[in-house]
Amino acid sequence: MDLALQDLGDLIAAALPQEVQGVEVPSGELTVRVQRTAVVKVLTYLRDDPLCQFKQLMDVCGADYPEREYRFEVVYNLLSLTHNARIRVKVDTDETMPVPSVTNVFSSANWYEREVWDMYGVHFSDHPDLRRILSDYGFEGHALRKDFPLTGYVELRYDDEQKRVVYEPVKLSQELRNFDFLSPWEGLLPEKTAEAPPKGEGTA
Amino acid sequence: MAETHIKNYSINFGPQHPAAHGVLRMILEMDGEIIERADSHIGLLHRGTEKLIEHKTYAQATPYFDRLDYVSPQNQEHVFVLAAEKLLGIEVPERGQYVRVLFAELGRLLNHLFSTTAYAMDIGAMTPMLWAMEERELLMEFCERVSGARLHMNYFRIGGVSRDLPEGLSDDIWAWTERFPQVVKDIETLLDENRIFKQRSVDIGVISAEDALDWGYSGPNLRAAGVPWDLRKAQPYDVYAKMDFDVPVGKHGDCYERYLVRMAEIRESLKIVRQCLNEMPSGPVQLDDRKASPPPRAEMKSSMEALIHHFKLFSEGVRIPAGETYTAVEAPKGEMAVYLVSDGTNKPYRCKIRTPGFAHLQSMDLLSRGHMLADAVANLGSLDVVFGEIDR
Repeated sequence: MDLALQDLGDLIAAALPQEVQGVEVPSGELTVRVQRTAVVKVLTYLRDDPLCQFKQLMDVCGADYPEREYRFEVVYNLLSLTHNARIRVKVDTDETMPVPSVTNVFSSANWYEREVWDMYGVHFSDHPDLRRILSDYGFEGHALRKDFPLTGYVELRYDDEQKRVVYEPVKLSQELRNFDFLSPWEGLLPEKTAEAPPKGEGTA
Repeated sequence: MAETHIKNYSINFGPQHPAAHGVLRMILEMDGEIIERADSHIGLLHRGTEKLIEHKTYAQATPYFDRLDYVSPQNQEHVFVLAAEKLLGIEVPERGQYVRVLFAELGRLLNHLFSTTAYAMDIGAMTPMLWAMEERELLMEFCERVSGARLHMNYFRIGGVSRDLPEGLSDDIWAWTERFPQVVKDIETLLDENRIFKQRSVDIGVISAEDALDWGYSGPNLRAAGVPWDLRKAQPYDVYAKMDFDVPVGKHGDCYERYLVRMAEIRESLKIVRQCLNEMPSGPVQLDDRKASPPPRAEMKSSMEALIHHFKLFSEGVRIPAGETYTAVEAPKGEMAVYLVSDGTNKPYRCKIRTPGFAHLQSMDLLSRGHMLADAVANLGSLDVVFGEIDR
């Protein structure tokens, strides 16, 4: 199984030498790293090539690695019913560089890309309707970024005087406990308190 | 009579609407009674599950999965424990796998009983819902007997299940499977040839196989469109490879066939449940590896080491070697998957949950365009959406 996937990966790399940056099969799952600007071309190839036939885009998701030069990874998970195979396509980007949208290749990409935009703030160029999807109307920031606190910045309550729901900064009656399991000397890690978002953050 | 020009207008469907299956807000742009565009606003039940899981240990993550698709919680747990086990490189003992498959299929029954009859109620048939609720109650009693919780079981654990089946449960499930087909038959006599039911669902919300693939369909909705694809057959996990069942496939991909496929799947699930009960081997239900699964209670009373392992597993939790996986199961609604990234610590670095409902709901615009307002409700019901899993 792994060998066949490796062959398929090599085939893809041979067909698209400019675009494919790396092929690996960690724990039996084919992963292809491609150039950001070439993602539409690669996914179209994967969809239409008779040896690939990855007709279904099952998932697009982001991942945040703040220590990297390009901090975000956009991961496309494709499924081929004809060959009963899965492939993972990865693209690197950061806050400013847009990733070309693949909505013209797979219709299902529309909401998935909106979700990545909402949660990570990754731009998708040529997307027909890049709005937030999961978070509140008027939400600020991108919730799944690693530097976004678990508690968020605002909380809601109903104000009886104003007769409406109001947003207020988060007030915790008890600090969150964050244990350090990595060091053999047990202890509490200094808590990252919820402060106002740093500048440049929370736009959009 | 003179022709009058009706101005287009938009309707706000939901978020508090009994036919919205939860909290869906849909902006419908209407031309008279015809839908021109459906814009779904989701996220009203967004709880940040993925963010929360990043801050919890692996064992603490499974309860969150129960709360995604709260109609069939055990199937969601299943995908997470499978992903974690894959990264750990462990295999569950055979009895544990059988118990999991048994309960995953009970979960499918729970889901299909609810979704088919709730769909029927959306388009005007009240009685099947009441009958199905009665059966669901019995099924949830089985869940309660095995895990202590009727709904949010938290029963599937990394390395197996939390405890073995209590005495007498297998016999009771068997007795239920003998009685239950009559209920399915009764529901079908009410619905299958019912004139109103057919008028409301045949040729409504038709989706072709190509469109279904393009829109990321999976599960019964994809099969109703005529694509024979079932992960339990194609990429079997646990002991599904040994199970003997058929995959019902539709031809036309309309609301009626989505209903029929689900009803047929109820029968197939019943087959699997009975096969599991018949073939269930004896043996442990939990992996005997103290680094991944906790020791039995009795052992902890006398063994210091067992006590330490127990403490470590329930405070620090299991550490999973660095790696990543995209693991999928055939949940009742379709392909449920997690993309799990581990950085070698005791908490997931990234846990993206791929839910079938998200992809299905996305196609509401495609399905409903050109249909009447009342058909939007039928489409929504036949897609079988639950907002716990869509909004996460």
